[in-house]
Amino acid sequence: MTVNQLSVFIENKSGTLVKVLKLLKAHNIQLIASTITDTTDYGIYRILCSEPDKAYKILKDAGVAISLSEVFAIELDDVPGKAADAIDFLAKEDISISYLYSFLLKGKGVLIFRTDNTEKAQEAIDRNGLKVIEEKDISKLL
Amino acid sequence: MNYNNKYFNPEEAFTRQEIESYQLDRLQKTVEHCMNSPFYRERFKKEGLKPSDIKTLDDLRKIPFTTKQDLRDTYPFGIASVPLDQCVRLHSSSGTTGNPTVILHTQKDLQEWANAVARCLWMVGCRPNDVFQNTSGYGMFTGGLGFQYGAELLGMLTVPAAAGNTLRQLKFFTDFGTTVVHAIPSYAARLYEVMQERGIDPRKDTKLRTLVIGAEPHSEDTRRRIEEMLGVKAYNSFGMSEMCGPGVAFECPEQNGMHIWEDYYIVEIVDPDTLEPVPDGEVGELVLTTLKREAMPLLRYRTRDLTRILPGDCPCGRQHKRLDRMKGRSDDMIILKGVNIFPIQIETILMQFKELASDYLITLETKENNDAMTVEVEVADNLSFDDFGKLQNLEREITRQLRDEILITPKVRLVPKGSLPKSEGKAVRVKDLRIKY
Repeated sequence: MTVNQLSVFIENKSGTLVKVLKLLKAHNIQLIASTITDTTDYGIYRILCSEPDKAYKILKDAGVAISLSEVFAIELDDVPGKAADAIDFLAKEDISISYLYSFLLKGKGVLIFRTDNTEKAQEAIDRNGLKVIEEKDISKLL
Repeated sequence: MNYNNKYFNPEEAFTRQEIESYQLDRLQKTVEHCMNSPFYRERFKKEGLKPSDIKTLDDLRKIPFTTKQDLRDTYPFGIASVPLDQCVRLHSSSGTTGNPTVILHTQKDLQEWANAVARCLWMVGCRPNDVFQNTSGYGMFTGGLGFQYGAELLGMLTVPAAAGNTLRQLKFFTDFGTTVVHAIPSYAARLYEVMQERGIDPRKDTKLRTLVIGAEPHSEDTRRRIEEMLGVKAYNSFGMSEMCGPGVAFECPEQNGMHIWEDYYIVEIVDPDTLEPVPDGEVGELVLTTLKREAMPLLRYRTRDLTRILPGDCPCGRQHKRLDRMKGRSDDMIILKGVNIFPIQIETILMQFKELASDYLITLETKENNDAMTVEVEVADNLSFDDFGKLQNLEREITRQLRDEILITPKVRLVPKGSLPKSEGKAVRVKDLRIKY
């Protein structure tokens, strides 16, 4: 059970980021969270949004270098230390994390991450009773 | 070995008349000798041409041009005019794309080559009491062994330091008392940078006096700047592997044009489109006929280098014609850090990656006195853009394969599909932003 995230390959030159965001705006797609990983030459702009499938198609059709990827979304209670507990579970199960970001939304903490082994991660999450947010529920957070 | 204190060889002091009568004699012998080459025998037969048809220097124009493609087509030994057992060395161009070009040498060829290089070095004041350090790559790169043998023949103490390891180069300068250095211009500037970092003053801490620069296009300003930095006189050198390597043409102390050794070569400048000769002073493609080569004489070889003959006499007294700096190429060959690169070599490597789309752009720039190459390449749009590590590995692998092919490490940049410039629908492949000469 994962959620869909957009990964946009962008050049480090002005105009690329705004092009993506304007396209999403034009189609009334709302961002839930977004983050940029950058090198000196290019960046990966990762977006969690309402209607990711639709957003993917719009951006792809507009010539944006984009892929749709599945990431885990874990819901956490809004108290200190919950992220540490969640990651600790995964570390003990030997699940390595490629990248991670988190945010607070309407009184809930949300942890987004990707691993190199989705199946193993899913088992570990189930075993440890972590609360997973599914794709159909993600927009409800808004 | 040397002829007198000014000239290394008597041929160097030839008058125009002596040059031309020497050339005709050597041309006739060379053409006769070429009939031992399957390639030239066939070509003369096809043209209905016989060696005895060459009665004057003007008759040279009856002979068809020889091209780089001819060298590739006859790869590796099909153009040779002697049996292989008389050859003692070959130099091959880099790369694996298409056929490389191979130049064979007999023992006598190597002696003549060394003599030509020694003559150049003697001309600019190198003497046996000098210490000569060569920062050129050795091996197949002709700037290494070419200068090595020439400098030894002249009698200098040679330091075959080869390319790279700048700190060691500087240590050799100071420890061995190097007075003459051969370097490509960008490396000469690099040497100075590192000297500055290390607190070495080239004027006080070294005995450097003469710098030989070549194999890389550079401006007169660059030359003057390098001279100023290092406190040396810098002389331009011109050569190419098809004509042995260095030693084809060289500046005299006047530093105004490179004397091309006309006892070694007949020089023609032609319009690259019409292939008709252009008058002295006008830019065209340099065409050379070898006059002394045994293993692989080349008749009317189209070098693809654009230059001109400087009109008028040189105050130094030598009557061998002077070539201006190379003005560019009549093909798409790139010269970077002394290495010859064809864009097709880069394209062939890039197209082997299924992760890449088909458009790419090679940008050449001068960065801090150094020539640099950036290869931007569009990635396929079905690539997984979420995997950062994979993108970085891809970049690294492309860089590695390009370096193996072109012997230079370019900066590789992955860019989204559709982001590279197109002109009139046609992709722009090479952008040369280097300081022009």
